[in-house]
Amino acid sequence: MLSRVAENIYWLSRYVERAENTARIVTVNANLLMDLPRGIAPGWRPLIDITGANALFEEHHKEYGERQVVRFLIGDERNAGSILSALVAARENCRTIRDFVPREAWELLNELYLYAREELSRGTTKSGRHAYLKHLIQGTQTISGMLSGTMLHDQGYDFLHLGRFLERADMTTRIIDVRSANLLPEETTDLRPFETIQWVSVLKSLTGYQAYRRSEQVRVQRGPVLRFLFQHQDFPRSVRFSVDSLQTGLAKLPRNEGALRVAGRLKRTLEGVEPRRLNQQQLKQFVDDLQVGIGELHDEIARTWFPPPLGMESQSQSQG
Amino acid sequence: MSIDWNAYPCADFYDELVAEPGCGRPAVEGLLADLEALGPDELVARQEAANVSIKEMGITFTVYSEEGGTIDRTWPFDIIPRIIPQSEWEQVEAGLKQRVQALNLFIDDLYHDQKIIADGVFPREVLAKSVNFRPQCVGVSPPLGIWAHICGSDLVRDGDGTIYVLEDNLRVPSGVSYMLENRLVTKRVFPELFEHYAPLPVDDYPSQLFDTLAALSPRPADYPEVVVLTPGIYNSAYFEHAYLAQQMGCELVEGRDLFVDDDDCVYMRTVDGASRVDVVYRRIDDLFLDPEAFHPDSALGVPGLMRAWKAGKVALANAPGAGVADDKVVYAFVPEIIRYYLDAEPIIPNVPTYRCMDPDSLAYTLEHMEELVVKPANESGGYGMLVGPASTKAERETFAELVKKDPRNYISQPALKLSTVPTIIGSKLEPRHVDLRPFILSADRQQVTMGGLTRVAMRKGSLVVNSSQGGGSKDTWILPEQPEGN
Repeated sequence: MLSRVAENIYWLSRYVERAENTARIVTVNANLLMDLPRGIAPGWRPLIDITGANALFEEHHKEYGERQVVRFLIGDERNAGSILSALVAARENCRTIRDFVPREAWELLNELYLYAREELSRGTTKSGRHAYLKHLIQGTQTISGMLSGTMLHDQGYDFLHLGRFLERADMTTRIIDVRSANLLPEETTDLRPFETIQWVSVLKSLTGYQAYRRSEQVRVQRGPVLRFLFQHQDFPRSVRFSVDSLQTGLAKLPRNEGALRVAGRLKRTLEGVEPRRLNQQQLKQFVDDLQVGIGELHDEIARTWFPPPLGMESQSQSQG
Repeated sequence: MSIDWNAYPCADFYDELVAEPGCGRPAVEGLLADLEALGPDELVARQEAANVSIKEMGITFTVYSEEGGTIDRTWPFDIIPRIIPQSEWEQVEAGLKQRVQALNLFIDDLYHDQKIIADGVFPREVLAKSVNFRPQCVGVSPPLGIWAHICGSDLVRDGDGTIYVLEDNLRVPSGVSYMLENRLVTKRVFPELFEHYAPLPVDDYPSQLFDTLAALSPRPADYPEVVVLTPGIYNSAYFEHAYLAQQMGCELVEGRDLFVDDDDCVYMRTVDGASRVDVVYRRIDDLFLDPEAFHPDSALGVPGLMRAWKAGKVALANAPGAGVADDKVVYAFVPEIIRYYLDAEPIIPNVPTYRCMDPDSLAYTLEHMEELVVKPANESGGYGMLVGPASTKAERETFAELVKKDPRNYISQPALKLSTVPTIIGSKLEPRHVDLRPFILSADRQQVTMGGLTRVAMRKGSLVVNSSQGGGSKDTWILPEQPEGN
């Protein structure tokens, strides 16, 4: 398989996953805000913090108002992390590899992109937002399902798999990072009920609420939620599950020694900690360490299997 | 309402299906009755079904839009087939093989001894002014001595029924994928016609193309690695590039997928590491192939590709420099070229052509501009030409100045009365002008597509068949003389 095609499939998969995750965090934030009292409600800024696009956002907007943030995350093409940008990028990646992608999946992606663009004005109103985002989430899920169910499970599929789980590990750590950090002061008992609401919302951002209930059988609270999201081996959006999946995918590829080593390091970082014992400061550090590991893994994947970035061909020829 | 072949206008032009009012040509007699029996409503319904199929099958071509972006347009197709009797086609086929064989000898001669110039048959100044002659190719001997492995020649039929070659495309001719898809669509929407008629199949083209390319491999012992090199998704023929790669089971590569190593071999970057490439079916123009040899700022090509080709480590199809034989001034010499190399008379005639480089022809062209089609030597797609009978006085005057300034760059030809084929317009059948582009493959042997791509000028009276300018297409049937059944 051509390196360029592998790269296109990988990014196709990452962008589809990103569009879905972004749609989820917007939905859940809207619900969360309705449940929290004004005084402690964190507003919309944390969503921009999750995507890390604060500088860009502040270039164009004075305040982190609902309308501005939602529009920026859903449909602003200047924001490479917006849902619309992610779908545009997914579609462009898919266009060049239509041979490898089942025709129905391409058509679905195309339709979803057209929907996201044409119905955008609906998505940015309070009343239309829920239906719009729900449609997008279902659409991305359908695409993922169709790819898994119909695509040849060859090397191309391995890269699809890598893209999906790398993006997912990245997003899950970001969501935990932001959502656990700035909500409530620690050890404030009178705000207990709201703390529960906060952690429920974290779970819901990752569609993990039901799974948590079934699997943990304890009240929703910080320690068990963190352990569940970081380390649960069967919850498909946990960091642990993503890393395990990455390792499985990497194991099938040729010349995988470097990437497996980096993935192994990431796994050890993840396992070496008991999340509930971490205070806020340590938790932040832990998430940073994981983020660095995920970044390193991406770099190693790109270095091993993807074509050299434009303008750097000559360097890699000697490796050929 | 019904279809009335008696009212179909076929007196002014040669119609490919209708010989005279109410009467079909011998090969297709039954077909007219079959279409009549279906009736106009059913025909329109079938046409709509064809349009839906084309959309679903994703048969598209790309056009550049005014806003600067590009869009995929669905391929325009008319369901009434164009039909050529097999006996006539066999003549055409022989003529095309002869022509391409001579052209390949000509190109090879130009890049080596230039005997044809020394013998005074082909003027040196024509070569000197050719924009498609590549000095980088002088002295190179490509495998089997063949330069133009895939040729697309445009044929037209004049009012008296004579078939002429209008031009040869020796660089990166396109359209063959549409020929194949047109047949598929016709089978879907007109299955009952195939019960009565047995047009010769066209669908072995991809395997013939693969065999042609594989025959050029520098490592004949191994299973050759053939790739299709595309400029990318924004090229107007990208659909075709992807289609052919898929049909041949080859990788579709872009320039940055390939590199040339110190051993002068070409490799593609794969997940498993570097992998040697033997034959490149390149759909990129010469000047963008290799920034080391041509445009230094081209990002489409592969640095060092020419070096690898000259060293015989990779085959390129078509060979760089093959375009020298398809400019419109060289075209005028093809009958002489055939006589010179093959010592034979051309089987298919050229359209009579005035080369403006001759003073007499220039004078004639300027005097008779109103009756002539005047063409620049190196434009394709119907751009930059003057169609005399359809032009205004002011246009002719402007054009006369252009021609006088650079006579070498122009030729003129009498405006042909292009043949017509019944075409669905609204809910009626009306004659529309057509041409035909067959494809000729040359390597260890020569093969010609069974028919080719028929292009239709969809506007009434128009002679412009290019899809970029509103042309459509038809399925082309080569019919054995005695159709089965009927």
